[in-house]
Amino acid sequence: MFRRNGSQCVATFANDEVRVLRKVAGEVVGLLTDGMDHTDPVVSRLFPDIYPDRPDDSAEFRLYTEGELKTGKIDQAGAILAALPDEGEGEVRLDGEAAEAWLRAINDARLAMGTRLDITAETDLSEELELAVVRDPSSSRVFQLSVYAYLGYLQESLLNALPEID
Amino acid sequence: MGVMALPQVAPVEVPEIEEAPADDRPWVTVVWDDPVNLMSYVTWVFQKLFGYSKERAEQLMLDVHTKGRAVVSSGARERMEMDANQLHGYGLWATVDRA
Repeated sequence: MFRRNGSQCVATFANDEVRVLRKVAGEVVGLLTDGMDHTDPVVSRLFPDIYPDRPDDSAEFRLYTEGELKTGKIDQAGAILAALPDEGEGEVRLDGEAAEAWLRAINDARLAMGTRLDITAETDLSEELELAVVRDPSSSRVFQLSVYAYLGYLQESLLNALPEID
Repeated sequence: MGVMALPQVAPVEVPEIEEAPADDRPWVTVVWDDPVNLMSYVTWVFQKLFGYSKERAEQLMLDVHTKGRAVVSSGARERMEMDANQLHGYGLWATVDRA
């Protein structure tokens, strides 16, 4: 988890955390680069229609803006990969700009995972996790839910480690 | 409250108001509630992107959370499209509508 150190946000990640973060950031990059499928609910969540009742206007706006938005999202996921140790445990130190990129990238990853996991306003994450463990402790859902929860704590810790805006 | 009797006054000539050109009519950027984004993150985005004070950003975030949606900025259409697009960069669910 992140803490403040001078003007930087600093975290020490264990081996497993580095591996998970690399995997998650890599999956976001993959999703954005392999010819995006707009019928995929994850893609529609990351690139929402700007005019929900006017598909033509939305499509036209998308035509001019999506490329740049997508590049931005790939770059912010890349900021996670760039700051992490290649392998094994290690410390990550983020200046203001890198911290912002991390926050945005963690959020994209959480949106993607939350959509796949059918997270709703009513979802109680620990209850959901318990249920999944009872069904099959080695299932991919248990892993995905744990990573999703972990990313939430990590994002919150980074928000708390940021210098106050104002 | 009771209804007050209207004083009898002569009708005032109301000058015809010219309709503003379509592009200058106000539009709004709306942010919708979503089950994934952290409340603290949404507040931070409003501060960062719009330069709102922490109090104002928190109030807007709570409006989104409790009412399901909130208007976060208003103005010319192109400006609102830019705001919504930037909000999408942060992963917030934003749309543009007429005020």
